[in-house]
This record gives sequence, C-alpha cells and structure tokens, in this order.
Amino acid sequence: MARSGMVEGAGPERYRQPLTTGPRPALLPAYREEWEREMTEDPETFREQTRNWLEENVPASMRLPLRSEKDVNWGGRRADYSKNPDQKLYMDRMASRGWTVPDWPKEYGGGGLSPAQTKIVREEMRRINARNPLNSFGISMLGPALLKYGNEEQKREHLPKIARGEIRWCQGYSEPNAGSDLAGLATSAEDKGDHFLVNGQKVWTSYADQADWIFCLVRTDKSTKQGGISFVLFDMESEGVSTRPILLISGYSPFCETFFDDVKVPKQNLVGDLNKGWDVAKYLLGHEREMISGMGLSTTGGNPLIDGAIATIGLDDQGRLADPVLRAQIALFEVRSKAFSAMSERFIDELKAGRAHPAQPSMMKYYGTELNKSRHELVMAGGGSDALEWESDRSDNGAKARTWLRTKANSIEGGTSEIQLNIIAKRILELPSN
Amino acid sequence: MPLYLNEEQTMLADTTKDFVGENASVKHLRELRDSNNPDGFSRDLWKQFAEMGFTGILIGEDDGGLGLGHVEAGVVLEEIGRNLTPSPFLSTAVAAVEALKGSARRERWFPGILSGETVAAIAIDEKAKHGTGIAMRAERSGNGFKLSGSKQFVGHGHVADLILVAARTAGSANDEDGITMFAVPKDAAGMTAEAERLADSSLAARMTFDGVEVDADAVIGDVDRGSVALKSLLAAGRTGASAGMLGVGAGAMGLTVEYLKERKQFGTRIGSFQALQHRAAHLYCEMEVARAAVLKAQQLLDAGSQAADHAVSIAKAMTGLATTLAVQEGIQMHGGIGMTDEYDIGFYMKRARVLAELFGDANYHANLLAEAAGY
Repeated sequence: MARSGMVEGAGPERYRQPLTTGPRPALLPAYREEWEREMTEDPETFREQTRNWLEENVPASMRLPLRSEKDVNWGGRRADYSKNPDQKLYMDRMASRGWTVPDWPKEYGGGGLSPAQTKIVREEMRRINARNPLNSFGISMLGPALLKYGNEEQKREHLPKIARGEIRWCQGYSEPNAGSDLAGLATSAEDKGDHFLVNGQKVWTSYADQADWIFCLVRTDKSTKQGGISFVLFDMESEGVSTRPILLISGYSPFCETFFDDVKVPKQNLVGDLNKGWDVAKYLLGHEREMISGMGLSTTGGNPLIDGAIATIGLDDQGRLADPVLRAQIALFEVRSKAFSAMSERFIDELKAGRAHPAQPSMMKYYGTELNKSRHELVMAGGGSDALEWESDRSDNGAKARTWLRTKANSIEGGTSEIQLNIIAKRILELPSN
Repeated sequence: MPLYLNEEQTMLADTTKDFVGENASVKHLRELRDSNNPDGFSRDLWKQFAEMGFTGILIGEDDGGLGLGHVEAGVVLEEIGRNLTPSPFLSTAVAAVEALKGSARRERWFPGILSGETVAAIAIDEKAKHGTGIAMRAERSGNGFKLSGSKQFVGHGHVADLILVAARTAGSANDEDGITMFAVPKDAAGMTAEAERLADSSLAARMTFDGVEVDADAVIGDVDRGSVALKSLLAAGRTGASAGMLGVGAGAMGLTVEYLKERKQFGTRIGSFQALQHRAAHLYCEMEVARAAVLKAQQLLDAGSQAADHAVSIAKAMTGLATTLAVQEGIQMHGGIGMTDEYDIGFYMKRARVLAELFGDANYHANLLAEAAGY
C-alpha cells in the first residue's frame, strides 16, 4: 500500500492524497446504480477476470510503495513521464478500460462498473499493492460535480480528459477574506454578453502553478450572499491569470495565491444555473471532505508510525516498544485509527446505498484530519531528534518533520474542524441556533 | 457485505427497540433496585425474551434456535444497553451459547436457554482486572474432576443454573494449553457464590470452589484444550459487551442532546451555545466510529474470519473510549441535575463503567493489539 503519508510537495494538494492505492470510489451516488444492483456477471468471475488483467497489465514498478511525492501521478499537460515511463503506461492501460474512474459511465471515459464491481477492482488492486494510476481533483472533486450538475456538452468535453489524465484541475474557492465564511467570496464575474469578465483573487489554491484548468466560485450577484455565487470553469493559460506560490511552515509551497485580471470566461463554461453555484460548491465540498478524511486511514501492510518508533527506540526483552508511555499512546491511537478504518468502509457503503446523512462527510473530515494530526505528533515523538533533521539524506530531506507540519493544515483546509462541528451540531444533532 | 444493517436486521432492530423500550426501560431497573430484588433481574422478562426468540438467536436451527449471528445478537444487546435492562442475555444467550456450541454439552443446556428457564454465568476472572491467566485448578478425581480456587466479577453467579468455569488441568497460569472449560450445574457441592452489588446496581458474585466435584461430561470440548471454547466465549462476550456499550453510549447521548434542546439559561436554549454544540458534535463522531467498529467485528465473527479477533479488540476498546466520553459529557452537560439519582443519566455512567471493565477494558485490548502488531 502506498505509504506516501502525505509527502509534502507532493501531493495532493490540499489534502494529501488519500492513502489508498486503489481508485477511490467516487462518492455521493446520485448518478450511480444502487449498491444492491445485480452485477451483470457473476462476481467471482468478474474478480477472476480483474485479477488476471491486473496481473498482466500493472507494471512491476507500479506495485512498489510510493517513495516520495514524485511517485504520485497527477496527470495534466505538464506531466513529465520521461523518468518514469511505467507511470504513463500504467495510467494509459487503466484508462483504456475506464479504470482510472471505474464507476463513471463509459461514455465519459469511465468503466461503467457497479459499486460492487468497483469494490472488487479496488480490492484486487490492493492485493497486488498496485498504486493509484492517477490522482486528481478532477476525479475526486470536479468529476462528481459535473456528473450531477454539468450539461451534456460539459460532461463530454471535460470528463474524458480527466479520466485519461490529460488535464489537471485546481480549485478556486478560498479568498483572503473568505475562508471559513466561504460564501463571503468577492471574486467577480461580470456579464459581457457571450462571456464573463472575471476579476479578483483566490488563495490556498493547491498547485495552481501546475494545474491546467480551474473550477472556480465567482460572484455574479452582489445583492445576496449564497444566492449570488456561480460555478465556472476556465483554462489557467487564459490571459489575465497569474499565480504565486506561498511558502509554508513545512518549507514547501503546495498552495498558491491566484490572481484574475480581466479574465474572459466563455458563457458555456458556467456549470449549473447562474447564481446557483453554491449548490455545486457544497456538493463538491462533500467530496473534498470525504477525500481529506482518507488521510486519517492507516495503511495496510507496514505501519510507518510503529515501524519508525521501533527503528528509533527499539524493543525491550519482552518485545515491547522500549518507551512504555509512548507505546501506550500509540496503542490507544491505533484503536481509534483502526476503528476509523471501519468507519470509512461503513461510510462509503452507506453513501453508495444512499443511506448516509448528507452532513456525514463533515464527521469524516473532522475525525480523519484530527486523527492524522495525532498520528504525526506520535511519528515525531517516535523519531526523536532524528526526525528533526530538515535537510539531511538520512531524514529524506526532513520528510517526517515536513509531513508533520503539513498535517496541521488538515483541520483547516476544506472547512476547519470547528466548521465541521458546527455542521454536525446543526444538521445531524439538530441543535438550535438560538 | 456492506457495513450496515440489512433489511431483516433493521426489522429486528425496530421490533427489539419497541419491545425492550416498552417492557424494560430504565424504570424497570429502578424498580428492581429500589425493591432490592435478590435476583438482580426479572425472571418474567427473561421468559419473555425467550418467547420473542431472542435467547435462540445464536443457537443453530438444528438445535431449535434461530441460527442467526452476532449482528442480530448485537441488535438486542444495544437495546438492552440503551434501556439499561438488567438481563442475563449477554452471559447466557451470547457468551455461554458460543462456548457450548459444537460441544456435546449443548444438548444438556440449550433447551433451557431456549425456553427461558436457564440462566448462565461466566466465571473466568480471578483478579480485579480481566486476564486470561487461569490459575484455578481442576484435578482428576474418580470419573471426573475436582475444582479448587476462586473467581470474581461473575454476573448472575449467585442465581445462575449453569456456571461456565475456566480452570487449569495442566501447565501454569499464563499457558494457553492446559486450560479446560467446565459447565458446572448450580447444585454442585462445595461451590459458593457471594453476591456483591456493583455500582450499577447489578449483582456479581465472588465464587469459591472448594473441591467441587464434577463429572467428566461437564467438560466443554477437550481436556487441556479449553482455550478453544474460551476464545469463542470471549470473542462473543467482548463483541456483545461492545454492542451493549454502544446502546449505553447512544442512550446517554440521546438524553443529553434532548436536554440541550430543552434547557434554557440566559434566556435561550443551552444547545445553541457553540461550546456545548462542539462537545456534542465531537461525541457524535466518537460514537459513530465506535458503531462502525462494532458492526465490523460482528460481521467478521459471523463470517468466521481470521481477522475477527483483531476487530473484536478494536470494537471493545473503541466502545470503551467512546461510551466513557458519552456518559461523562452526559453528566457535564446536564449540569447539577445530572448528579441527582432522580435523573437517569447517572445510571448510564454506572453501567458504562461496568461494561467497559467486562472482558477487558480499552487499555487491555489496546495492549493486545499492540502485542499482535509486534511492539
């Protein structure tokens, strides 16, 4: 299983990439068949065919753990596969079957698989430690939103390019004065007949400097708050777009400031109705939160937290970690971590069956990110002063320390922990607002 | 198998919720406590459980039961937990049944469990903290064995018709081999049970075995190989206790959230205060995670998976942590009245503590998991 943890720089943007190697199931199932739908073929036959195909087609190098962010494939026009041709080969082979997005409809580049079949593909990939062939915000965030809110032309234009890894997307949501209060955003889109003229500034745009296109929230009506927001798509090479990376406490710059100066956006790039972008935004945030929550999941196979602590501290003559207090802390952490793995399985199953509470992604996001922060505090405690080295080869360029610092954003990005708790209190527990 | 209750299980849950809620609510516990009921539970209610089919959930259809699994047993246990019902269901219909399943002894005991005549108790612990180090001796004597030693924390031990006893026929205290499981009938000479009332008003016995003679056919499974039945018993008991705790925690959280919606201070409902909303929302998350862990353990046990032991420890530890939080937040958010005997929330705290301790607490299971993971 991928052990990327979230390597900074690497990844996944705002969230680090999910720590699973298999294709993530796209969540929220509006467009998808019922969980219980009969598979067209016998599941065991499908499993066997899947297993055989994967055995033949997943290159050996794509079954090794991720060593760094460089091993994560984000696709896009700027992707450089010259040092890692297997990455491209693997992605293309998977895309040819629609398996970069196994549960999307075939006509949009997906595999057309049922949820049960998708689960089988994921399990079989995990069985051979196959890496995720393609990570992208297009798959995890924009795709589901387009499938629900996009028109036919938009789906045909954008979804296949996402599925094939041709276009890398970034997300234009937060602004300097619109963070937790996202609906207070000010970036304006002025109606100019056949196009909108976009002006303003976004911030915390993950990898905006490496992305090809952006999905962006803009204000099309200043007289109301949520009701004056629209959801638009445009090319980052459009005239008037500029980006500036932000140096973070980890020493890396995964986020950017993004500026729009009279950017022309064709009207056909409006997703959903004018001034109805908040619905799209919320739907997409549910996916984003679910994706971020994956960070709290432990990996299968080795456990970097435990392995790291043993390597540094050693075992006593009873085979126990030689620091008994840290051992106890890790053991109790592992209880929550493993229970949360069950919760993630339950959440996905319930989502697919349409049984999950619509606000449940907030619960997943809150718990998963807080868990991940705890994990990396323990990783640092287990690593001692070795883990403090920032640039040495021994420390893999400060991987532990930089990742530890990176995780502090987990409970901020995609809606802070406090915002998630507000949502849970109001929408799930139905506590009064006054 | 998806990780949620299927249609039949959901129906069972609805039926059980109605039945237990109507017949065995917290009021029922108060009545038993206030009347100083010597049994510690209602035999009439136990009969009704049998009539509902509950006591046969884990007994195979060939033996006259329903042939269902731990998910279904858990559904009943959750409602017992939510209503704080004093009941021998966990020890009898879950732990004892799983220990007896597959042994010849089941023919002797299953009919009484099915009919609601028989109550079983589990005698494993020998110290104040749970452990499977068994020091109690069972020596060969004539045609059978002679048991000597003591046990504690034996729920319903003073009234049980059947006591399941783990004793040592070979080896030393911490060996896995050399344990033998016995099904001891209540009238065995030399066995005494001193009932102690626990914090949650339940009765648990300290039992003494002073050369108790039992026939060879009291042995469950094989001599010296009792760890097989013991493991089944513990897996079922721990999973069941987890399901019970889930009910206790959910019940406490439910009472508390309702209270937040009603109680007014500073001219407004206290549930509108963000400080309390965040505590309640955090509790909700912990309980959801615990629920997932319990269902996972139940499903794996039902599937006979090798990963079940692991999942059971995760479930027991996680429900211990989450439910402990639920009852603490419950009293805190109720404020002063949460400290009164008149309000039910305190009963939840007491039961949670007992179930958390039963068959190993969160620390015990976290340690087991750590050992299994090699650190």
